[in-house]
Amino acid sequence: MAKIIFIEHSGATHEVDAKSGLTVMEAAVKNNVPGIDADCGGACACATCHVYVDEAWLEKTGARSAMEESMLDFAENVKPNSRLSCQIKIADALDGMTVRLPESQH
Amino acid sequence: MFGERREPATVADQLGQDMTGRVIIVGAGHAGGTAAALLRQYGWTGPITLLGDEPIAPYQRPPLSKAWLKGEADAESLALRPVSFYGEHDIALRLSTGVSQIHPATHEVELDTGERLGYDHLILAVGAAARRLAIPGADMKGVLELRTAADAELLKAAFGPGRRLAVIGGGYVGLEAAASARALGAEAVVIEREPRVLARVACETLSHFFQAYHRDRGVVFELNAGVEGFAHRNGAVSGVQLSDGRVLPCDAALVGVGAIAHESLARQAGCACDHGVVVDAQGRTSVAGLYAIGDCTRRPLWPYGVEGRLESVPNALEQAKQVAALLCGKPAPPPETPWFWSDQYDLKLQIAGLPHHAVCQIVRGDPVAAKFAVFHLDAENRVQAVEAINAPAEFMAGRQFIGSRKPVAPEKLRDMSISMKEVAA
Repeated sequence: MAKIIFIEHSGATHEVDAKSGLTVMEAAVKNNVPGIDADCGGACACATCHVYVDEAWLEKTGARSAMEESMLDFAENVKPNSRLSCQIKIADALDGMTVRLPESQH
Repeated sequence: MFGERREPATVADQLGQDMTGRVIIVGAGHAGGTAAALLRQYGWTGPITLLGDEPIAPYQRPPLSKAWLKGEADAESLALRPVSFYGEHDIALRLSTGVSQIHPATHEVELDTGERLGYDHLILAVGAAARRLAIPGADMKGVLELRTAADAELLKAAFGPGRRLAVIGGGYVGLEAAASARALGAEAVVIEREPRVLARVACETLSHFFQAYHRDRGVVFELNAGVEGFAHRNGAVSGVQLSDGRVLPCDAALVGVGAIAHESLARQAGCACDHGVVVDAQGRTSVAGLYAIGDCTRRPLWPYGVEGRLESVPNALEQAKQVAALLCGKPAPPPETPWFWSDQYDLKLQIAGLPHHAVCQIVRGDPVAAKFAVFHLDAENRVQAVEAINAPAEFMAGRQFIGSRKPVAPEKLRDMSISMKEVAA
């Protein structure tokens, strides 16, 4: 289990207790966190689960795959700490992680 | 969007800010389940009832032909949201519940049991049924289809080393199932009426690529092949009989020859239907207070100026978003370019757009290396569609080109030394 804190673009905060093994995207969708569309359901095919990982946690989430890198290349408002949340697996080490959501996924 | 016609206001529009009405959603699939969740997310406070005829809460169908068949996904990962979600958000989820008719005059839905439920807004998310073959034996044991988790369970039981699967129809469902069968050591033969697989949904370059890729992995193809009937042993299918007289032996036959929209409820309620429930960009049917979303709809296809039916998760999500925004009085989300994806073996296929007005094709990359994209351009060199294999940058850029309607330079598009970022610049 890990607590993940989602902060919407508006500032609204959602704390979610998520099972290890799920992805950060799944944790958001299953808990109805607004702002993560996840159109493809986690196939790394759409770039609509874009999040900004707080710098302190970025390294712990691992590196972007080539696929994710290419998808992010064409997403809107990409920053160095951008990730596709369907590609981050939840683990105990991520307990307390904060991710911020972009203004829009499209 | 600039220049787009504003749809005439309906009662729902005028009631936009009133979020206390009774919403009934018929169909608890991807579209229906998402609409219920989004209504709550957007602030709807009135009662929401979600009626599903399957015994399980809304789940994702795409993995059924892929990860689920291969045993890589469980019921929990398949679920759209945990079962507890619906109670926590005051959504009355009623499963194994069929609807027999709609009474638009009295604003009631009649269940199979005769019970009537009143509504102020009714959303039809009733999906589509697998098309059946009109040949003898089509309902025989072992002749399967793949729409639901229950279908997938039956199909899964037919897989395994040494088992033989016959797939009738070389569309996405059939090819994905064949790939999963091979991954589990089963034999797979794909029988297709047309001269190539994916004939209705992809270009020839892609069809030939997929055929070769599947052949290299042991899938056998019978193209230009008609199916006459089934051979059987002990009451279960034992072979597929072709028009040329041959019988292909099998332990199970999967029929994947397209789907037909469930439109009888809508039709009987007075909604205009035309190979799908006709809706506008926000999901309104021709009957006030009735909306339709997902696989069952015939909808405007942006930006092509035509109407059609889309069977995809992005379509279900887009329409769920549109109708939830409409009911909650939020501005309509911008229209989205249709897109699809499919996973087979280690291939990721992503398609954006539809080649409605395309006059030429540009291949970028190398099909032999299983990393390429086919761009479909119109007479003004505007991208109409892109089909990308293991080429996410081409897919993402192509999707943006389609939306922007900006002409591209074909010679740049063809040149792999020019990055997609530079092509887009």
